[in-house]
Amino acid sequence: MMRLSRSDRARRSVSWVMTSLTALCTIVAVGILFVILAYIAMRGISALNFGFLVDTPRPVGEGGGIGNAIVGSGLLLLLSCVVGIPIGIACGIYLSEFGGGWFVSAVRFLIDTLTGIPSIVTGVFVYAVIVLRMKHFSAFAGGIALALIMIPIVARTTEEMIKLVPQSLREGALALGAPQWRVTLGVVLPAAASGIVTGAMLAIARVSGETAPLLFTAFGSRFYPRNLNEPIASLTVQIYNYAISPYDEWHAQAWAATLVLMALILSINLIVRFLTRQKFN
Amino acid sequence: MSDWRKRLSPTGNFGDAIFRLAMLGAALLVVAIVVVMIVALASHSTLSIKQFGFSFLTSREWDPVKGQFGALAFIYGTIVSSLIALLISVPLSLGIAIFLVEQAPRLIARPITFLVELLAAIPSVVYGLWGIFVLAPFLRVHVEPRLARVFGWTPLFQGPITGIGLLTGGVILAIMVTPIISAVVRDVLAAVPNTQREAALALGATKWETTLVVLVNGAPGIAGAVILGLGRAIGETMAVTMVIGNRPEISASLFQPSYTLASVIANEFTEATADIYLSSLIELGLILFAVTFVVNAIARLMVWRVTRGTAGA
Repeated sequence: MMRLSRSDRARRSVSWVMTSLTALCTIVAVGILFVILAYIAMRGISALNFGFLVDTPRPVGEGGGIGNAIVGSGLLLLLSCVVGIPIGIACGIYLSEFGGGWFVSAVRFLIDTLTGIPSIVTGVFVYAVIVLRMKHFSAFAGGIALALIMIPIVARTTEEMIKLVPQSLREGALALGAPQWRVTLGVVLPAAASGIVTGAMLAIARVSGETAPLLFTAFGSRFYPRNLNEPIASLTVQIYNYAISPYDEWHAQAWAATLVLMALILSINLIVRFLTRQKFN
Repeated sequence: MSDWRKRLSPTGNFGDAIFRLAMLGAALLVVAIVVVMIVALASHSTLSIKQFGFSFLTSREWDPVKGQFGALAFIYGTIVSSLIALLISVPLSLGIAIFLVEQAPRLIARPITFLVELLAAIPSVVYGLWGIFVLAPFLRVHVEPRLARVFGWTPLFQGPITGIGLLTGGVILAIMVTPIISAVVRDVLAAVPNTQREAALALGATKWETTLVVLVNGAPGIAGAVILGLGRAIGETMAVTMVIGNRPEISASLFQPSYTLASVIANEFTEATADIYLSSLIELGLILFAVTFVVNAIARLMVWRVTRGTAGA
């Protein structure tokens, strides 16, 4: 009896220690998140003011701002959405509504691997195919690089969301005599709309933080963009260039630009969480 | 009605045929992108492949001035920094996933899941900025001297302590892949049937022993999650570039600066004026593409085997 209960106690203590360790792991991860966010808020706020948000970069010691980078990032995101979202949604429709043959499986597999391709490789690819051919860096090239990253994300979420639409809805519409294209576009897609929108928003949040694919496609610029056929500034590339520079003033500006970028990304994530709150309860 | 129209759309509706063609077009476009990507990377690296052949993979010399290019130093830096990242992040991610699936009450689990996933939403360049100005000084002052004192007799922890190098690169990668691995492990654990837990508990197993049973059940999926994290670590660019030191050297010490496949591309691509230099960099991109393609394919297959039939695979 004695021996049994002692081993029982040992087993219970092991269980207690290990389960506490898993809680500790979680605390560490969440702690790191808060430390990073706190640093961004603290260091970012000190260099942030209205002039910084509208001015263009200037030499060290003269201040300057990230106005052109904000506009540039906005244009790049717009370009990538115009190209990436329709193609992504169309792919998602194809994957979910056109049966499950080997070709559909193959496309799904390729889309999944496309998600895993490092974004720097996407940059190299766009450089080789577009920049080398046009012989100069451009906003177009940058937007397409970002679109290539968006397409697989949008496609897979669209597929998942469309699959959640009840089959009876399709059958009902078909029974009323609607052709398949009207069923898909007029009934299925609207029913899945909120899910597709959140998927697209997550894709936007993801690419708005991308730097590597822009380094040698959109490149960067010190001026407000005038047309999409020339190099264009972006928040992320600006942060990178300032962060690796040797100047304290530029470091401070990198933190402030990061605060702006994180405000955008965090608000998208919070909105998505709010939108999906009821659905997965 | 013509034959092709009937084949495209069983209903024989003209709108259906066009719709089907358009959606098929988008899918074919994705296939084409992958194919063109492989062809473009391969064709732009032919110059370097012809000149250096297989020795590109085994030579550690990277000298743009002399026109000598070998990838070994980058392959080494990529492998070692990724391994450090996995060494830290795998136990951490397992702990998080176990806590969220097996222990935490739903009310706590949902917001914490969101917070852990937010770690994945932070851009790479932001991790890099934080790495340069917060993590690297912290490791230099508090962690690396202690490691040198305790483990200094091994070649791993010798040499000058700068805070910039393989170890810092590995640690920042660990933070970045943790949300990815833990998210997949969470799906895998959630897919383990509850009967397994009930059976273990009914036999008198403790909470932790029950968890071990669940872990064994999900083992292939967990392995897949780890490999998926590896794929991400191998391809991560900006954060690593900013803290790893960017020197094409192979040194046993984790304190020393190093270089990865992804970071040398990011760092030197726009400087590459000679054709052979550019071609060598694109060949590095081709290697990176091939490696991540294979790693991801293996990982997806393993995760899919465990989670198929359940949502959120």
